[in-house]
Amino acid sequence: MLRIIRYGAWAAVAVLAFVSLGVGLGWFVSDGPAGWKRGRASGVPDIGGPFTMTNHRGERFTERNLLGKPSLIFFGFTTCPEVCPTTLNDISAWLKELGADADRLNAVFVSVDPERDTAEQLSGYMSLFDPRIVGLTGTPDQLAAMARAYRIYYKRVPLTEGDYTMDHSAMVYMMGADGRFVGTIDYPEAPDTTMAKLRQLLKRR
Amino acid sequence: MTLHRAAALAAIIIFVAAHAGRAHEYQLGNLKIDHPWSRTTPQVAKTGAGYMTIRNEGSSADRLIGISSPAAEAVEIHQSIMDGTIMRMRPVPDGLKIGARQSVKLEPGGYHLMLMQLRAPFRQGERVPVLLRFEKGGEITVELEIEAPGGGGQHHGHNQGR
Repeated sequence: MLRIIRYGAWAAVAVLAFVSLGVGLGWFVSDGPAGWKRGRASGVPDIGGPFTMTNHRGERFTERNLLGKPSLIFFGFTTCPEVCPTTLNDISAWLKELGADADRLNAVFVSVDPERDTAEQLSGYMSLFDPRIVGLTGTPDQLAAMARAYRIYYKRVPLTEGDYTMDHSAMVYMMGADGRFVGTIDYPEAPDTTMAKLRQLLKRR
Repeated sequence: MTLHRAAALAAIIIFVAAHAGRAHEYQLGNLKIDHPWSRTTPQVAKTGAGYMTIRNEGSSADRLIGISSPAAEAVEIHQSIMDGTIMRMRPVPDGLKIGARQSVKLEPGGYHLMLMQLRAPFRQGERVPVLLRFEKGGEITVELEIEAPGGGGQHHGHNQGR
């Protein structure tokens, strides 16, 4: 009988030790010292921030011009024959489909090729798409600062005879009316998913 | 005009109307080139793309090795590659292989002709001649049909040639 009690006690100790170890380990990786890897508590990536650029009408344009309405932001360049005209055409189609709701949304195209994309060049380019889309360009330093804030990759790739093209991030950012990152629309993304994301973006307060 | 004749004429008109604006196709030996097209470019554009489907019905592979156009200073074959969220573009310097009994699609987001230093922007409805030179098949001039800006993207699918 005593033996049974002794075995029982040892078993209880073992279970207790196991549970404490589990709880301790759980704390360690979630809230404890190993928890830093998860990033900020909100889980929202740190994308966005202040910038100063020039719009396609030649006017100064900063992050303040976007506040108060959610925004779509897309980076590209005007001599890009592929993803840029396709995406800008898509954005034009989304705005059309949203109808009057589209007026509660900013849509911005940022050039990653300031060398060729002057405000004048952008102005000619933007005329091909929905007039609500604003084209932005700037000095190489202004662009670099904005690309850093928005975590955008862009790189000049030489072609033959001094010509060049740009590699660049090709997703569309969705930003809240407060200027904070909400999500992305990828390339390519199914039209239904895109419209659902946009309607959700417009509903945010 | 008899009723018969009127019906025949109506049939012809309907037939012609139905076929106008449909994909245009070219044949060079065993090679078939289906619906070459491009997009309207901005006034300020210096580059334009060219798309088409090349089908090789022969029993040996061929290769598209040279392209030229009176509309551009130079024409190259390029490939767009989606690398994660980054769009990259690379020249295809050794030509584009079209395997025996295979077809290769030049389309937005993939292989395309890159027309550089355009002499004038492409306008919707225009046709831009492009000379294609194949290693075995020889040469043929095809015309790119210029469509709406941003048209034919991956998202919507192209209205023709599928």
